[in-house]
Amino acid sequence: MQFDPFVIPFNVGLYFILIYAVVRSVIWFRGLSRPDKLRLQRGFFGRSFGQSIREIFMESLIHRRIFKASPRLGYMHMSLAFGWFLLILFGTLEADIFGEKHLNPPYKAIFFKFFNPDHGRSGLEAVWAFLMDFLLAFILSGLLLAVIKRVWSRVVGMKKTTKLKALDKVAMLSLWSVFPSRLLAESFTSGAYGTGSFLTGSLGSWLSSFLPAHEMAYPFWWLYSLSLGAFFILLPVTRYMHIPSELFLIFARNSGIRTGDRAGAFTEMQIYSCSSCGICIDVCQLNFSTGITNIQSAYLLKGIRNDKDVSDIAFNCLMCGRCDQNCPVGIELTPIRMIQRRAGEPQLKAKSLLKRYFPDNPVVQPLKNGTEPAFAFLKPQEPEKTDVLYFAGCMTHLTPSIKNAMISILEASGVKYTFIDKDGGVCCGRPLMLAGQTKEARELINFNSELIWKSGAHTLVTSCPICYKIFKESYYLDVEVLHHTQFIKDLIDEGILKLNFSRKKVTYHTPCDLGRGSGVYDEPKEVLRHVVRLQKTDADDENAPCCGGSLGNMKINHHQRHKIAVDAVRMLTVKDPDILATSCPLCKKTLAAATGTRVADIAEIVAEAIVPADPVKRFTDPLHRMKQPVI
Amino acid sequence: MDKFGFTILKARHINYDANDKSVAEYICEHEPTFRVCIECGCCTATCTTGNFTSLSLREINILIKRGELARVNENLKKCMLCGKCTLVCPRGVNTRNVITLAREALKNKFKDAV
Repeated sequence: MQFDPFVIPFNVGLYFILIYAVVRSVIWFRGLSRPDKLRLQRGFFGRSFGQSIREIFMESLIHRRIFKASPRLGYMHMSLAFGWFLLILFGTLEADIFGEKHLNPPYKAIFFKFFNPDHGRSGLEAVWAFLMDFLLAFILSGLLLAVIKRVWSRVVGMKKTTKLKALDKVAMLSLWSVFPSRLLAESFTSGAYGTGSFLTGSLGSWLSSFLPAHEMAYPFWWLYSLSLGAFFILLPVTRYMHIPSELFLIFARNSGIRTGDRAGAFTEMQIYSCSSCGICIDVCQLNFSTGITNIQSAYLLKGIRNDKDVSDIAFNCLMCGRCDQNCPVGIELTPIRMIQRRAGEPQLKAKSLLKRYFPDNPVVQPLKNGTEPAFAFLKPQEPEKTDVLYFAGCMTHLTPSIKNAMISILEASGVKYTFIDKDGGVCCGRPLMLAGQTKEARELINFNSELIWKSGAHTLVTSCPICYKIFKESYYLDVEVLHHTQFIKDLIDEGILKLNFSRKKVTYHTPCDLGRGSGVYDEPKEVLRHVVRLQKTDADDENAPCCGGSLGNMKINHHQRHKIAVDAVRMLTVKDPDILATSCPLCKKTLAAATGTRVADIAEIVAEAIVPADPVKRFTDPLHRMKQPVI
Repeated sequence: MDKFGFTILKARHINYDANDKSVAEYICEHEPTFRVCIECGCCTATCTTGNFTSLSLREINILIKRGELARVNENLKKCMLCGKCTLVCPRGVNTRNVITLAREALKNKFKDAV
C-alpha cells in the first residue's frame, strides 16, 4: 500500500507550514536593518552557528530554563517538544530502514503503522516498536500534565496559567488530539494484526477483544491526520507560532542582534516567540502582591500579536525586569515594553485573514518634530571646573541623609569635587523616557550633557540608580559614570578611605535599575563587606524584588505600592538584619515606610564608619592647642 | 440691586457653567486619587521644575477643577515627571498619572499640547 486519501489533510498542513516558514523568514530577514542583516549573515555562517544549534537543542527541545524554574513544568514542555521531535526522527528512520524503499515522503513515516501493519513482530523490529511506544507514552504523560495544568495549574508548580483566546484553544485542542488519536489508531491496527509493543500492542489486543478493530482503526487514522493538518494550518495565527519563531530568534540573538529602542523585525520575532508559558506571570510582583493579573509580559505580547490596544498594559508595569530575568525564551521584555510606551497612541489595524497570517511590522509613531521645546525656560549654566562631579538626583534630595553622607565621604576622600545639583538640578530624563516622551527627555539629556561637558570633570558620581542607568545608556558622555557604591569601592581599594568595621548584620537590597537594569551587583556588596557583616538571602542579586516605588509604573496607587513594599521587606528581612541596606534613595524611602527595621543607604553606612582624621594630631599641633578651651 | 452695591473684577470671574470640566472628569475617571487632593501645595514646594520656572502643580490642579484650561496647557508641558511630588504627597495622589492624563486630555483640545 502506497497511498490512502486520509493522508491528504496532513500533507496539506505540512507543506503549507513549511512554505509559510520560509516566506515568513524571508520577510523577517528583509525587515532587519542593514547592520543587523550583516550580523545575521556572519552569525549564520560563523562561529555562533554551533552555539545556536546547541541552544536550540537545550532550550527549544529540552527546555532547560523552564526546568530550572519548575521541574514539572519543564517535564511537560520537554515531553511534548523533545518527545515529539524524537518520535518524528525515529519514525523517519524506521520508515527508511524497515519500509519498502529508502527516502520516503514524510507521510510514510508519520503513518508508518498504517502502511506496514505487520511491522514489529520480532528481532530489531520489535525493539524499534518498543522504542516508538515508549516515546508515545513519554509524550502522553506530558500531555496529561498539560491537560491537568489547564484546570489546576499548581500541579506543575505554577500559581497562574495564561488565559487563552478562542483560536489558541482550537489549536490547543487539535494539538492535544494528535497524540491520543495516534495511540488509538495504532492500537486498533496492532490489535487487528496482532502486532505492537507494550503500549499499542496491549491496548490493541484488549480493544480488539470486544471491538471490531479492523473497522475502528481507519476513522482514527483520519482523525490523526486531520488534527495534525488543522494544527499546522492554525499554527501561524496562534501562540504555537513560537515554535518556528524561536529557532529564528536564537540564530538572530546569537549573531549579536539586540532589541535597541526601535521596533523592527527583531522585535516582531521576539513577540511571536512567546509561548505564553506564564513564568512571567508567576514572578511578577504586581501579580503576587497586588493581584493585578492582566498586565504581565505574556499578555502584552499577546495583545500586540492580536492588534489589541495595549497602552494600559504597557504603562502598568514596574519595569523591574524580573520577567526578563526569568523568561525561558530570553525575550527582552522590558525594552519591548519601552518601545510600546514610546509608540504613544495605539494603531488598531483591520484584521483580515491575510493580515493575520502576514502582519505588518509593529508601528512606531515618529517623534513629533517642529514643536516648540518644552523646557525652553532652562538657561545655560556656567559650572566651575572640577575633577569629580556629584549629581545627587531628584530622589536623593528627598532623602537628605544620603546626600549628607555622600558629602562627608567626598570631603574625607579629599578629591576635588563639585556638587552640581546642590540647589536642585534638572531631572536626568529617565522618568520622561519611562513615560514614553522621548523628545522631551532628549531636551533634558542635552541640557545636562552640556553642563557636564562644561565642568571638565573626568568622573560623574550619582546617588540614584535611575539617573545612573540613563547616564550610562542614553547620554553620550566623555566621562566615567559611577554609581556612588562603585565610587566608594574605588576609594576603599585605593586606600583613600579608612573605615571602621562594625558587627551589625546587614541585608542588601539590590535596586532594579542598578542590578537587573545596569548589571551592578558586586561593588555594593564588596563595600558592605568592608564595614559590616553582610547576610545572604534568597532575594539576592537577580532575584531581588522591586521596592514598589518604581517610577516605571504610572497606574498603581500608593496602597498597591505599599503592599509591594511590605512583601519585598518580608523577603528581605527573613534573617532579621540590624540594617536593611540599599543603594537607591527611592528604594530607601519606599522600604522604610513598610518596615520597623532601619533602612539605610550604603553611603550612610560608610559615612558612619569613616575613621576620624587623626584626632591625636590636634593635640600635638600647637596652634590647635592654643584654641582648646581651658577647663 | 442684586449685587448689593459690590462688584467683582472681571479677571476674578469664575463661570462654572461656561468652563470646560471634561478634563477634570477624565482624570477622575482614570485616576480616582485626583479627588482627594486638598491643594496643600507640598507638590509645588518640592517641584524640580519649580526651581527654575513658575510651575505650580497645586495651581494646575485647581485650574483643572475649575475648567480654566488655557493656562493649564501653557504650564503643564514644563513638568519633567520626576515623581518627587508623588512621593511627598500626604494624600497619596498619583500626581504623575494626573499630569499624564491631563496631557492626554488636552491633546485633543489644544494644537500645541505636549
